[in-house]
Amino acid sequence: MNKMIFEFIEAHKLEMLNEWMKTTKDENDDRVVRVVSDQVFNSTSREFVDLIIANIKGTKDDYHSRLKEFAERVVRLGWPLTFVSKGLHTFGVIVFERMEEAGAITIENQRKIFREFDEWLTRTNIEIIGIYAATWEKTVSLQKIALQELSAPLIPVFDRITVMPLVGTIDTERAKQIMENLLKGAVKHRSEVVLIDITGVPVVDTMVAHHIIQAAEAVRLVGAKCMLCGIRPEIAQTIVSLGIDLTQFTTKNTLQKGIETALELTNRKIVNVEGQN
Amino acid sequence: MSIQSCVTIINEWDIVAARQLGRNVAKELGFGTVDQARITTAISELARNIYLYAGKGQICIDKLYEGGKPGVRINAIDNGPGISDIRQVMEDGYSTSGGLGAGLPGVKRLMDQFVIESNPEEGTQITATKWLR
Repeated sequence: MNKMIFEFIEAHKLEMLNEWMKTTKDENDDRVVRVVSDQVFNSTSREFVDLIIANIKGTKDDYHSRLKEFAERVVRLGWPLTFVSKGLHTFGVIVFERMEEAGAITIENQRKIFREFDEWLTRTNIEIIGIYAATWEKTVSLQKIALQELSAPLIPVFDRITVMPLVGTIDTERAKQIMENLLKGAVKHRSEVVLIDITGVPVVDTMVAHHIIQAAEAVRLVGAKCMLCGIRPEIAQTIVSLGIDLTQFTTKNTLQKGIETALELTNRKIVNVEGQN
Repeated sequence: MSIQSCVTIINEWDIVAARQLGRNVAKELGFGTVDQARITTAISELARNIYLYAGKGQICIDKLYEGGKPGVRINAIDNGPGISDIRQVMEDGYSTSGGLGAGLPGVKRLMDQFVIESNPEEGTQITATKWLR
């Protein structure tokens, strides 16, 4: 970018910084300013202006990595993207106004200066947006992995009895996992009874029911019996209204009852032992 | 009088958003847990139909007050291919996608009022209402 602009920024750094901080605070509602403490706000703003100045002194790579570092820190501080993007714009406006006042911009050079400055501003903006987006994407993909790990656990509770507790919404992706884990686990643990607990499933619509029916059918094919537990009264009513046929299922309203029945089916029961105390 | 808010259905997670909106509205109006489940399930079915068959559409939830009686109205609108034979889709067990075929007739049973309009040019609009008793 034009050397003159940078020299101008460097010379008027402090006053522009103060003006920028004042405008930004006035323009933004308390929401943002409250999130950011004064001290952090001031030091980060100063760093930002320093960063811009470093642009002339340092090489392009150096600037790029410093900008990246800066943007990452701003993301960590939780500054909203709109706030940062708007701040950059405000900075540009202040620089131009100041340069105009000082007579550094003339009719002859204004187009050239404007174009160069705008190009630099846009590049910085794109960079910051890119880093924000990358951070979000990373968070989303990590959460996706975390969610997948939680999505369909199969727990062997007794010999030949396994439980799959389902919590939360079931979508197509998850339904696929439920089916896979159920079959893999049933074979691996040599299950005779597999209990699916839907206490934590908020809505059982025809798709969810369809997936559960299919899973149960598949479990039957590998030689185990599938039982559905945790049907809340309101879910029972909606299933009846929807006209979903679950007659080939054994269903229980709690997991406890389901496990008792499963023990019965495998010819066992839980007994109290005589205490010695 | 009615107060309306809408959710655009494009992907599977929008179905959850629509459902959540419906549940909140139903809860606000004082529906019991059973009716809340009925309303959210109906929204789930309608939103899933939009996602599966039309690709894109809208679910709007209205609060209604008729003669002092509050109610929830679900409006499912899409510009999809439309339904060629409405009588057939309202039959239990009919499905073109290998599902259970209980969706639309189920919604009709879950709700108090049910109106369906569809043609190949404009897509489908389904309005279903549940009154607080």
